[in-house]
Amino acid sequence: MPRINSPAELEELRKGILSKRDPNKPCITLCSGTACHASGSKEVAASIEEEIKKQGLSAKVDFRKTGCHGFCEKGPIIVIHPEKICYLQIDPKDIPEIISQTIKEKKVIERLLYTDPSTNEKIIHEFEIPFYKNQERLVFGSNGEIDPASIDDYLALGGYSALAKALSQMTREQVLEEVKKSNLRGRGGGGFPAGRKWEECRNAPGEMKYVIVNADEGDPGAYMDRSLLEGNPHSVLEGLTIGAYAIGSHEGYIYVRQEYPLAVENVGIAIQQAKEHGFLGENIFGAGFDFTVKVHRGAGAFVSGESSALMTAIEGRVGEPRPKYIHTAIKGVRDRPSCLNNVETWATVPLIINKGADWFAQLGTEGSKGTKIFSLVGKVNNTGLVEVPMGITLRDIIYKVGGGIPGDKKFKAVQTGGPSGGCIPEEQLDMKVDFDELAKAGSMMGSGGMIVMDEDTCMVDLARYFLDFLSDESCGKCVPCREGIRQMLKILTNISKGKGKEGDIELLEELSEVTRDASLCALGRTAANPVLSTIRYFRDEYEAHIKDKRCPAYVCKALISYYIDPEKCQACMICLKQCPAGAISGGKNQIHVIDQEKCTKCGTCLEVCPPRFGAVKKISGEPVPSPIPEEARMIARKSKET
Amino acid sequence: MSEITLQIDGRKVEAKEGMTILEAAQSIGISIPTLCHHEKLEPYGACRICTVEIEARGRTNLVAACLYPVEQNLVVRTRSEKVDKTRKVLLELMLAHAPDATKLQDLAQEYGADKARFEKESSFCILCGLCVRYCAEVKKKNAIGFVDRGTRREVIFIPEIASKECEDCKECFPLCPTEALQATFLLTKALMSPSRPSASE
Repeated sequence: MPRINSPAELEELRKGILSKRDPNKPCITLCSGTACHASGSKEVAASIEEEIKKQGLSAKVDFRKTGCHGFCEKGPIIVIHPEKICYLQIDPKDIPEIISQTIKEKKVIERLLYTDPSTNEKIIHEFEIPFYKNQERLVFGSNGEIDPASIDDYLALGGYSALAKALSQMTREQVLEEVKKSNLRGRGGGGFPAGRKWEECRNAPGEMKYVIVNADEGDPGAYMDRSLLEGNPHSVLEGLTIGAYAIGSHEGYIYVRQEYPLAVENVGIAIQQAKEHGFLGENIFGAGFDFTVKVHRGAGAFVSGESSALMTAIEGRVGEPRPKYIHTAIKGVRDRPSCLNNVETWATVPLIINKGADWFAQLGTEGSKGTKIFSLVGKVNNTGLVEVPMGITLRDIIYKVGGGIPGDKKFKAVQTGGPSGGCIPEEQLDMKVDFDELAKAGSMMGSGGMIVMDEDTCMVDLARYFLDFLSDESCGKCVPCREGIRQMLKILTNISKGKGKEGDIELLEELSEVTRDASLCALGRTAANPVLSTIRYFRDEYEAHIKDKRCPAYVCKALISYYIDPEKCQACMICLKQCPAGAISGGKNQIHVIDQEKCTKCGTCLEVCPPRFGAVKKISGEPVPSPIPEEARMIARKSKET
Repeated sequence: MSEITLQIDGRKVEAKEGMTILEAAQSIGISIPTLCHHEKLEPYGACRICTVEIEARGRTNLVAACLYPVEQNLVVRTRSEKVDKTRKVLLELMLAHAPDATKLQDLAQEYGADKARFEKESSFCILCGLCVRYCAEVKKKNAIGFVDRGTRREVIFIPEIASKECEDCKECFPLCPTEALQATFLLTKALMSPSRPSASE
């Protein structure tokens, strides 16, 4: 591959790639992101390749394995271009039909289409599916068009034109000003204005400066950075290189967790390709700017996502945070100025340079511009990755994009911002989602985790879960974080076991305050958010646990019991046979009774009791009715002859 | 080094750039409690007992005095309702591990901390890291280190190094604010003893 030495050569290359591509030639794109991979896209891919060959279409149809399309709930996903016919939940045995019908005959296969649950209508095109229709996929949208291992795919969409523009038409100052003007805020957690960080790093004394991509995403249930890096690694590299140019850095790091093997692989391929094309290395675009990037693989500590801990880890030491009274932009890796932003932030930069700060700043709210990718998971119909403009309401994300809550369950709360965030109740669903509003509600944007919870979620148990996570993941260096979390977790565990005491809520609040105020890093300072926000909005649930020994959501095992209603039990023997603890007594025509001593509260009996009987009940906060006397357990059935 | 003027507990202090609040306070005889701090060691900021209140750029914040660099016109309060309350809870959290440590008990008295507020924890150590850092930074031996993280973090001697280096040193022993170290060391020694005679022969 010849090196590209100027913007003109880049444009020529792009035209060359496009001229070899017939826009009307059918192209099958298959989502091959991690989620679809798990639901079988590898087998689907093999089947597509085989079938294309078998039906003699190798020259007539293209096949592209792309990054994550976002609609993970319905994977594996196929989109057929140019029509953008979208087939969901594809099985390898659907492929012969897709090739013979849709590719050859141009016929749409109804059964593979998305069915709108509200209208029962079949939807043919990807862009018409409500999940996609209500999004604004600026950063994430290209994922579905690009084979992450093909730089040509990225170039065909105008890739590296922003870098070309920055290096050939703009001074370093102009690039910086553009990013500052766009008011882009860091997508990794705190929402610090990226331009200000860049400027601070640029102005910091020192010849040697670093730019760093934080791809150490670790929030439970969050995978937007992963999917972006896996699916469109060049967009991250391009943004990083533009930043390096503005800041005056010649060395960059991509800190990616080892648990993201596909991201590590794809970013490695992308770096190699970018080097070969001259987008990395010496004298990029002939502008006299040199820049190289190294991949640093993280060893899997959540706390290493904290910027100072991450930098310590890059230095080869244990990833422990250090005080940031002097910003890492001034003293970071090896005490040199280091500018760290997360994956999504860097990937947004090429858009800002290409389309301008004004274009970017017209999207979103006063204080938060542009779009944000959320990982929408939990009790929501359309789980997946969604990109929406800042300022959209939580209700629109959960109901319009997410398709609402499965079953007939009621929405209870949404946890945003991962373990450092908080939960937001139904009353606040019409809140406009941006950095400041989420903070006001006692939560945070974080990196964009969004876990939806329905009425079956216990808020005490939720807080306990996150504190348990943090008790493992805190580095353990400073007292307020390590010991505060330890004690809060103990209290929460006790409450969920029915051992809560009067005064526990107040003690949790007191510990929260100290952990927040005195901890060394952001992990500790935000660790109490799940506790504080659940107390703030669901104090009555805490009180029910403590005072009435009752779990209103029927989750905390120590506070619930299973009971078979003798009036309803038909002695069908199903629960009796399925009970793994052998806790159910009874027999044919004998009403079944649960031995509370033996019961492990696994819930199997409730699950298997036929709905037409509905005899098994979960109870909490009240004594289990005493079992009916043995002599009364016989069910007298009418004989069939009479 | 340029001179910086700041205010600590209402008193004007002249300090040098690069100094910490703790150093500036000590220079005029204001004492701030510390546990993980040591003159010969790099500031660490783990125990947070030196937490003070500062006013800078119109905002009030709690910071660790052993780490926070002095700034022009910084206003520092080494005691306030918030500072005292924070120190009290921090002491109670540490006392759960080392209820009998005299250093902690003295401070507990000063701040009204209740040593039995939290259930006794099995370790005697508050993980101040003095031993670990002294061994690494001053002795450059790394015979003792931290293992694990979060609430499972602990201090252990590395047997291969400790068996060679510790017998004649033990300089970390008097540094320990809870006297837990001896116990740990003795334990390690006991564990190591079967192989020791042959090693010294």
